[in-house]
Amino acid sequence: MALDKPYLDVPGTTIFDAEQSRKGYWLNQFCMSLMSAENRDRFRSDERAYLDEWDMTEDQKQSVLDRDLNRMISLGGNIYFLAKIGATDGSSFQQMAGSMTGMSEDEYREMMISGGRSPDGNRYLHEWGE
Amino acid sequence: MAARITASIYSSHVPAIGVAIDQKKTAEPYWRPLFEGYEPSRRWMADNVPDAIVLVYNDHATSFSLDFIPTFAIGTAAVFPVADEGWGPRPIPPVVGHGEFASHIAQSLIQQDFDMTIVNRLAVDHGLTVPLSLMFGQPDAWPCPVVPIPVNVVQYPLPSGERCLALGKAIRKAVELFDEPLRVQVWGTGGMSHQLQGRRAGLINQEFDNAFLDKLIADPESLAATPHIEYIREAGSEGVELVMWLIARGAMADLAGGPAPTTRHRFYHVPASNTAVGHLILEETE
Repeated sequence: MALDKPYLDVPGTTIFDAEQSRKGYWLNQFCMSLMSAENRDRFRSDERAYLDEWDMTEDQKQSVLDRDLNRMISLGGNIYFLAKIGATDGSSFQQMAGSMTGMSEDEYREMMISGGRSPDGNRYLHEWGE
Repeated sequence: MAARITASIYSSHVPAIGVAIDQKKTAEPYWRPLFEGYEPSRRWMADNVPDAIVLVYNDHATSFSLDFIPTFAIGTAAVFPVADEGWGPRPIPPVVGHGEFASHIAQSLIQQDFDMTIVNRLAVDHGLTVPLSLMFGQPDAWPCPVVPIPVNVVQYPLPSGERCLALGKAIRKAVELFDEPLRVQVWGTGGMSHQLQGRRAGLINQEFDNAFLDKLIADPESLAATPHIEYIREAGSEGVELVMWLIARGAMADLAGGPAPTTRHRFYHVPASNTAVGHLILEETE
């Protein structure tokens, strides 16, 4: 008997469950450390050295250096933790969310002002041909 | 005379709303319609400041990292400092608790089989402070103490809608067992539709949100049966925060055999940053 995970067929969406949390533990804990101004400064001054203090996989470290939020999420990151990286960079939540969609910052902002992304055609993997 | 619940209040808790208030941008064209939507609430609140607020919200990787992930928690401290979420702490007063009332509620809830995590060190983030700012503006001190009830809606599985509604009913019983004549409001925060992650980020579903508001007012028992997957699919992965509104709704008298509440205000607006904003004030009918 497998666990019930009905959320695996929603396109463009990763649900942060116990399995993702286990994979992303150190990535997310690294993000938590950025809640202090001192650590934000240390991270900014030498990102690689700061990341090497954490027991993260090389893929996780590279995804942080690349600021590739979709990749970070696939490797166990959760957006509320990852947002600390954006805060350190001076990015807003809207800039972070938009960066994951393949749209430009202006396109994404316009989409939100126009009422956001419709759920129509965005509910099931098969609607995205996935 | 015992404590009693006088109203429940529901609101989204978008961080950008806090930034707009703190940076005095509320009159800008982008923000004005949203803040105008809360003006009737501020007027209502001026006449209805409670003696305590039981405030249901979720911590956004602020006080709870992945080290501890309580499903339902309750803050029993005297003071809850305003957190630095990465942008620096918001320039707002600290949130004052009500240790005696909170400890009473914690004891009663656990005796009613809700295994609360008791938290005495809790920095509060936008989830709790943005609704306070929306309802009270920018005072030098918040006008009443707050009992924070953080709910895990970050790591799955989350508590079900039914469980949340039942917790609200238990909060009502707990309040009514407190032997001081406190007027208590219960607030449910978070939502409405939004998704902050992945290629589907930016999802908004006005039809779902408005149907949610209708059912929250008129038929919360059936609304509570909505499974998490329906929130995720229809209202976005972060839209599932709406289960927390069911906790506040469960605390109202009609779910304990009393009269239905009176809707004092209802407001809906898109967008605030990535999010649809919903807001309700339900007052107990005397």
